Amino acid sequence: MTQVRSEPIQSVLGGRRAVVASSPDLSEVPERPEGRRHILDLDDFSPAEILGVMQNADVMKEVLHRDIKKVPTLRGKTVITLFYEASTRTRVSFEQAGKILSADVINVAGDGSSVEKGESLHNTALTLQAMNADIIVIRHPHSGAPHFLARNLDSCVINAGDGQHAHPTQALLDLYTIQSHRGQIDGLKVVIVGDILYSRVARSNLWGLTKMGAQVVLCAPPTLIPPDFLNSSRQVEGHPFASVQIETNVERALEGADVVMALRLQLERQRAGRLPTLREYSRMYGITPKRLELAKPEVLVMHPGPMNEGIEIDPEVAHGARSVIEEQVTNGVAIRMALLYTVLTPRRGGSFPLP
Amino acid sequence: MAQRLEAREILSSEEMARSLARISHEILERNSRVERVALVGIYTRGVPMAERIAGAIKEFQGEDVAVGALDIGLYRDDISGGVRPTMRPTHLPVNIQGKSVILVDDVLYTGRTIRAAMDALNDFGRPRDIQVAVLVDRGHRELPIKAEYVGKNVPTSADEQVKVRVVEVDGVDQVVILRRDEQ
Repeated sequence: MTQVRSEPIQSVLGGRRAVVASSPDLSEVPERPEGRRHILDLDDFSPAEILGVMQNADVMKEVLHRDIKKVPTLRGKTVITLFYEASTRTRVSFEQAGKILSADVINVAGDGSSVEKGESLHNTALTLQAMNADIIVIRHPHSGAPHFLARNLDSCVINAGDGQHAHPTQALLDLYTIQSHRGQIDGLKVVIVGDILYSRVARSNLWGLTKMGAQVVLCAPPTLIPPDFLNSSRQVEGHPFASVQIETNVERALEGADVVMALRLQLERQRAGRLPTLREYSRMYGITPKRLELAKPEVLVMHPGPMNEGIEIDPEVAHGARSVIEEQVTNGVAIRMALLYTVLTPRRGGSFPLP
Repeated sequence: MAQRLEAREILSSEEMARSLARISHEILERNSRVERVALVGIYTRGVPMAERIAGAIKEFQGEDVAVGALDIGLYRDDISGGVRPTMRPTHLPVNIQGKSVILVDDVLYTGRTIRAAMDALNDFGRPRDIQVAVLVDRGHRELPIKAEYVGKNVPTSADEQVKVRVVEVDGVDQVVILRRDEQ
């Protein structure tokens, strides 16, 4: 960024030039956002707030590329991850995000903790709060568990996935991955294929994508996406889901797509009678190289993981040139750092205002 | 929160330009080898100021100076309870190892911003030395920090606010003092 200038001195010192070189357009992002206590879902995020989180994630990504990946931002803060469900990437990426920001990260899993002895969620959370947890990151099989904690605790609560309801941090990292490749989300055709009915990833992405102006197409067998799926929200005047399309034919759905998001087919769906066989699902809805040709040449292939390769996505696509699946994982750390930075932790002891 | 009234202008657009020109000359006077200097503006208003100083040095000396932009958000010491500003990406144009880094900011007050900026620089390398250039020094330091280059020293009281406006951000070049309205 060495400067080469030839303007007359008055114009240089008088500053009549346009804005600073290489800065992104910040017109929509507030310099001092209002701040929030909890991250429960994306339904209460404004587009400007989402852009702000992505902008902070850019800063975090720069830290991830340093030789020494450590900044002092959350020194003295305690982050507790409380996972009542199996998870690798979400838990590890929250732990890594917290550690890079110098927070103390404590991991509590449902197995092997007092949860096994029958302690209620409320009491477990109160115990963790009494241990000075500034931020509690929770994953729970029951929808609404994070909201319950947010109502009853002083700590910040971040939803890392609750039942079939919401997974806002996954949706934000998906939005961020799209944004960093395309520069915008507005106007893109995003196709989400798979287990829509049970997917918290799909639900949070629906909020995020529609708020950012994407044209969303949901694609699944009718058993996994009932025709009346969005009817209740469509009755609300001006609801963001009004523009969402439902398509049961994957070829039609993929035509001209900018982004294809394959969802993990939860294997228990077959036992529940939602699918005849996995093989049939794979034949009808699997993302294969041939099907991908229907999408735009520059299509991005995404998957929230863990993948069932050969079922919802062909290995050749999952690891192919259009895949950004591994990048999603890296972006997940940056987004979670940005979110840990964003939530307003309770004030303890002295603090010093900067001018 | 008490209303703020615009009390008075302490630097006009012309005076601001003259101050920045003088600071540019002083930087050249003190740093004989321009190629060893890196100007690093602190967001928000330090960044366009650093670019203007680099432009002036180019005019006076015909040499390009490396210019960078630094966000101190990750290094603040007041993260508790406060609102978290949206950060901007830090760009350092050159390896700062062995360079004379001149931090550029609009107002020097408690010194905590400069302290945070020094912590940030430290994570990128070991500069030869660090100097500070500000448009306004308003006093009330809480840390042992001083500026080598000052546009204007302005004695202030703690209930006043010094506001630097630059064309690139605010559409106008001006420095004003705002005082709380006590009604």
